[in-house]
Amino acid sequence: MTGAMKWLRRNLFSNWWNTGLTLLVLYVLWRALPPFIDWAFFSAVWHGGDRTACLGPDKGACWPFIFANLDQFIYGRYPADLRWRVDIAFLLGLAGLVPMLIPRVPAKLWNLGYLVVAWPMIAIVLISGDRPGLIGVDTDLWGGLLVTLIVAITGIVASFPLGILLALGRRSEMPVIRTLSTIFIEFWRGVPLITVLFMASVMLPIFLPRGLHLDNLLRCLVGVALFSSAYMAEVVRGGLQAVPRGQVEAARALGLSYWQTMGLVVLPQALRHVIPGIVNTFIGLFKDTTLVLIVGLFDFLGQVRVQLSDMHWSTPQGAATGYVFAAFVYWVFCFGMSRYSAFMERRLNKGRVR
Amino acid sequence: MARRPSPLSRIFPFVFGLLVGAGALYFFLPGPGSTVSKPQPGQPAAKAAQASAPQGATLATVRARGYLQCGVSTGLPGFSNPDDKGVWTGIDVDFCKAVAAAVFGDESKVKYRPLNAKDRFTALQSGEVDVLSRNTTWTMSRDTSLGFNFAGVIYYDGQGFLVKKASGIAGAAQLNGATICTQTGTTTELNLADYFRGQNMTYKVLPFEKNEEALSAYDSGRCDAYTTDASGLHAQKLILKNPDEHLVLPEVISKEPLGPLVRQGDPQWEDIVRWTLFALIDAEEEGVTSTNVDQMKASQSPEVRRMLGTEGDFGQALGLSKGWAANAIGAVGNYGEMFERNVGVKTPLGIPRGLNALWRNGGLMYAPPIR
Repeated sequence: MTGAMKWLRRNLFSNWWNTGLTLLVLYVLWRALPPFIDWAFFSAVWHGGDRTACLGPDKGACWPFIFANLDQFIYGRYPADLRWRVDIAFLLGLAGLVPMLIPRVPAKLWNLGYLVVAWPMIAIVLISGDRPGLIGVDTDLWGGLLVTLIVAITGIVASFPLGILLALGRRSEMPVIRTLSTIFIEFWRGVPLITVLFMASVMLPIFLPRGLHLDNLLRCLVGVALFSSAYMAEVVRGGLQAVPRGQVEAARALGLSYWQTMGLVVLPQALRHVIPGIVNTFIGLFKDTTLVLIVGLFDFLGQVRVQLSDMHWSTPQGAATGYVFAAFVYWVFCFGMSRYSAFMERRLNKGRVR
Repeated sequence: MARRPSPLSRIFPFVFGLLVGAGALYFFLPGPGSTVSKPQPGQPAAKAAQASAPQGATLATVRARGYLQCGVSTGLPGFSNPDDKGVWTGIDVDFCKAVAAAVFGDESKVKYRPLNAKDRFTALQSGEVDVLSRNTTWTMSRDTSLGFNFAGVIYYDGQGFLVKKASGIAGAAQLNGATICTQTGTTTELNLADYFRGQNMTYKVLPFEKNEEALSAYDSGRCDAYTTDASGLHAQKLILKNPDEHLVLPEVISKEPLGPLVRQGDPQWEDIVRWTLFALIDAEEEGVTSTNVDQMKASQSPEVRRMLGTEGDFGQALGLSKGWAANAIGAVGNYGEMFERNVGVKTPLGIPRGLNALWRNGGLMYAPPIR
C-alpha cells in the first residue's frame, strides 16, 4: 500500500503542475470512458437476426451486425464454398511467419526463403485459383481483410529489399546509380499515395496497348510497393548515415568487398538504428491500404462500409459499431507490429545496455 | 592471422538476390492479373467487347462468355447491395437477373461489378460491363454525348423532403421559412433554390460536405427538413434515432428517372434490355407473376400468350428464345413483385409505389405492348 502511494506521489502528484495534469486527465477519462464502455458493452445488443434487434432509444452498439457480416468483412465477395483456399493460404503463411519471428528457432535463411518466395506463389495460386484443376476467382471478387493483407504484405515484402537497395544506391559513389536512385525516391515521395493509386488505375490503362489489360488489384499492388520502397529507402539511408565512416574504412582496410562491407559491417548497425522507423513505415503502409477504396477495391474498411448499405441491418448505431470494430482490427495488427519491433530492439541492443 | 570468411559474408548477396527475385516473381507470376476476363472452366474464352460493337456483337459476346456482366452500385439499399451472406440484392440487381434469364434462361448466369459513380460510365464504355443497372438518372447529355442509350425507366425517383411528424408539416407547400439540411455542391442544392423561388417561398439552407453530416444535423434538430433523393430519404430514415417520428413528404421537386443503360451502336442488345424491362412491366399489368407464369402460358388473353411465347415468336426478333419473357418473369417476378420485394412497404425501406405504380393506378409505369 505504501509502495503504491509512493509510486503515485512520485509519478503523478510530484508537484502542483503534475497534480493538475493528472486531475485533468482523470476528469476527461471519467467523462469519456464510462459512456463508451456503456455503449460498447452494457447497453450494446449482442444477439439478433436483423436490424429490429438493434432498434430502440437506449440501445448501444449493434454487435449482431458484425457477427452476421463477419465473413464478408474477412473475404469480401470471395465465393463462400472456396474460402477454405484463403484459409489454407493464411495458415501456411502463419506457419512460416511464427517461427520466423521467434529468434530461437533455427534455419532462418530457409524460413525466409519460404516466406518471401515459396509462400507468396502458393498463396497467389490458392487464392486466385489460376491453375488447372482449380476454380478461378477474379480479383474483383476479393475483398475485406483479404485485400488489406495482400496489399500490406506485398508492400512490406517488396519495399524492404527495394528500399535497402535504393538507399545504398543513393549513397553510392557511382553517379548514374546515385542519380537514378535519387530521382526514383524523390519522385515517389513527391506524390501522394492517392495520386499513385489513381494513376495506376485510371492513367496506366491509357498508356498500355489496347489488348493488354492489367488487373486493377495488381496495378495497385505495384503502385503501393514502389511508393513504400521510396519511403523505406529514406529510412534506411538515415540509418546508413548514422554509421561512422571509420567502420567502412576499417572494413575496407580488412579487404572486405563492397557487399561484404555493407552486409557484414554497415547494414547490421544501420538497420538496428532504424527499426522504429522501418516499423513506422510498415504500420503507415498497413493503414494506408484503406486508400484502395477510392479505386474500386474493397479492403476491410471498404467492405464494412458496403455492408452498412444493407437495409436489413440499417440501424442508428450500425455505422458507429462498424467503424469501432474496424478501428479495433486495425489497432490489433498495428499494435502487434509495434510490440514485436520493441522486442527486437531490446534483443538487438542488449550489448549496449549497461 | 588469416581471416576465415564468415558464412554470413557468403550468403548475404544470396539473401539479397533471393529477396529481390522474390519480389519480381511475386509480380510477374502468371497470376489472375494477366488474363483479360477469366473464362469459367469448360467454357471458351471470350474476347473483350469492343466499344463500338457491330449489330448483335454484344449478345454474341455475352453468349460466348457464358454470363452477363452487370454494373451495379457499391451499395445503395434496396437498389443494389450485398446482404450479410454476400448475395447481391435490390431492384437493380433483379433487373440484371431478368436480363440474364431472358438471354440464358438462367438468372444465375450474371456477374455483378460494383462501380462507383465515377467509374460507371468508363466501365460501360470499355465493355467491362454489358449493361449498367446502377440507379443512373436518364438525362439528355448522358443519352447523347456520352454515347449510351437508356433502355427505359425502372424507378421514378426525385428529390424529396424528410420532416419530423411532430412539426405538423404534411406537404412541401408548408415548408415556407424552413431551415433545410442538405449536401453541398450537388444538384440537390440547385433544385432546392429553383423550387422555393418558383413557389415564392423563403427558406434557409444549412449545407454540409457529406450526406451523413447533413442527416445527423437534421436528427439533432438543427434543421426542419432534410433533402435528398426520395429513395435515399427512405434508406437514411432507418439510421435516425427514432425512425417512426419522421415522415417523407409525398412531393418530389425534381425528376430523377433511374434506368438501365447500354452502349450506343448495338440496337439488338439495346432492344433486349429495353424489352426485358417492358415485359416485366407488362407482366404486372396482365397479372403474370413469378408463381403463375407457367399456368398463364395457357391463358386466353392474346397479350399474355404473345408475351409468354405461346403465340408468335417475339423472342426471335431479339435473337432470343421463345420463352425469353417467361424466363425473366419466372426468375424475378413482374415489376410489381420486384418493387415490393426490394423497396416496397413491407421492406424496412417502406417506399410506397407512388410514381412507380402502373399507369392504371395513377403512376407512370407504362410499357408499350408486345405485339
